[in-house]
Amino acid sequence: MNSVFRIIELFKISLLEIGELSYFAGRFFKEVFKPPLEFKEFLRQCYNMGNRSLLLVGVTGFIIGLVFTLQSRPTLQQFGAVSWIPAMVSVSIIREIGPIITALICAGRIGSGIGAELGSMRVTEQIDAMEVSGTNPFKYLVVTRILATTLMLPVLVFFGDAVALLGSLMVENLKGEVSFLLYFTQVFNHLEFFDVIPSTIKTFFFGFAIGLVGCFKGYYCKKGTAGVGLAANSAVVFSSMLLFIIDFIAVFIANIFYDV
Amino acid sequence: MDSISENKKPIVVIKDLKKSYGDNLVLDGFNMELNEGENLVIMGKSGSGKSVMIKCLIGLEEPDSGSIEIMGKNISELSREELDELRTEVGFLFQGSALYDSMSVRENLEFPLRRHTKKFGFIKDTKPRVMEVLESVGLAHTIDLMPNELSGGMKRRIALARTLILLPKIILYDEPTTGLDPITSKEILLLMMSIQKKYNTSSLIITHDVDCARMISNRMILLIDGINYAEGTFESLSASTDPKVKAFFK
Repeated sequence: MNSVFRIIELFKISLLEIGELSYFAGRFFKEVFKPPLEFKEFLRQCYNMGNRSLLLVGVTGFIIGLVFTLQSRPTLQQFGAVSWIPAMVSVSIIREIGPIITALICAGRIGSGIGAELGSMRVTEQIDAMEVSGTNPFKYLVVTRILATTLMLPVLVFFGDAVALLGSLMVENLKGEVSFLLYFTQVFNHLEFFDVIPSTIKTFFFGFAIGLVGCFKGYYCKKGTAGVGLAANSAVVFSSMLLFIIDFIAVFIANIFYDV
Repeated sequence: MDSISENKKPIVVIKDLKKSYGDNLVLDGFNMELNEGENLVIMGKSGSGKSVMIKCLIGLEEPDSGSIEIMGKNISELSREELDELRTEVGFLFQGSALYDSMSVRENLEFPLRRHTKKFGFIKDTKPRVMEVLESVGLAHTIDLMPNELSGGMKRRIALARTLILLPKIILYDEPTTGLDPITSKEILLLMMSIQKKYNTSSLIITHDVDCARMISNRMILLIDGINYAEGTFESLSASTDPKVKAFFK
């Protein structure tokens, strides 16, 4: 009986959290067009999130492209379909693997960073200090970060996809003597509008979710310094879960249009 | 009660303030008046609700009931914009200084200044104003330092400078000497007194430090059991025979 009550309690807490997150998102949309625009802080966040994630996204993308091609090559070779590798790899990476892997990396790096930074500002009363000086901490800290993640994630995904295709090209070049030109001609011959556009649109939502959850967890961080760690940790867990849900919805919606 | 309290009109009025967290009743009908140019010290034990009261006063916490008037404005009736405007008239010195650790001293001071264009207009060059308040706290040379390069006492002074940059009429001090050595504490108190003279501010000081109260107060309120249990000058309260009041001055 006790476990039933605990499940009900957990369910209640989850619903409450979803409600609070929705309210937080609503506040973001309310504040986003209000002056001051805090453009300098927005650019600083774009630099921090975009430029400083390039190496991690690049290395991960390169290895994924490389491994994916290495793993699928023997099977395709058995069916005499090695020439399909550029098409298969590019469609898989651009439609699904690139966006979701890059988003998960960013949830770990950027989401946890935002959660920890804002959490630490909350427990050391820096957010309260902004509030009492009559400035709007939500606008300065939250709006700029969410906008930066929303705009930077598609750029990072684009970069990650490109590097992943280069990794795949390297394997094809070494094993099958496929040239750069031939590989990318094959890639662009098989890529279609519905491969690129829906996956690009969903990356904006991925970025928004990472920024939103990171800011939410950090902004309402409690329980002192232990709460900072908890905020960073739960920002990663919650945003990763949200990414898969968004991905499912995006693929579902894209498939409706694609089937037509 | 001294001449300041008798002659000046109240700038902050708190009436019947109540605040509880679950079953824990922290403030149970607290009343207070802060007069113009006055240094009012609120003393109480740790956990007595002093910080909760001061946070209700500045709008960081919402009281369960009661009214708070600052410069004739009831803060519960103000819109967000009006409250932010009023907050430029009320400085707040946090117990832990609360300097923005990703910004230099200069940026810490510029941050509120650049965002209150309504009060100050668009300031192209903020340096003269920043230097003026830094000189007031004796730390002009720290302008390009980061908060992690400052000592505890210096952080408290910079936080005070950040408060002063908006030219407030009222300054709220939350435990201004906590965590500082006796010499630095005395320096901070002397600085508070000199700032009050220079900028003609009214001060509300939350503390449990008797030496601080003795040095700086024009009037004191003892916050016990969520109410203003006793009120008067330092001398009158320290001479009290009430055991609860006496306990503070032992």
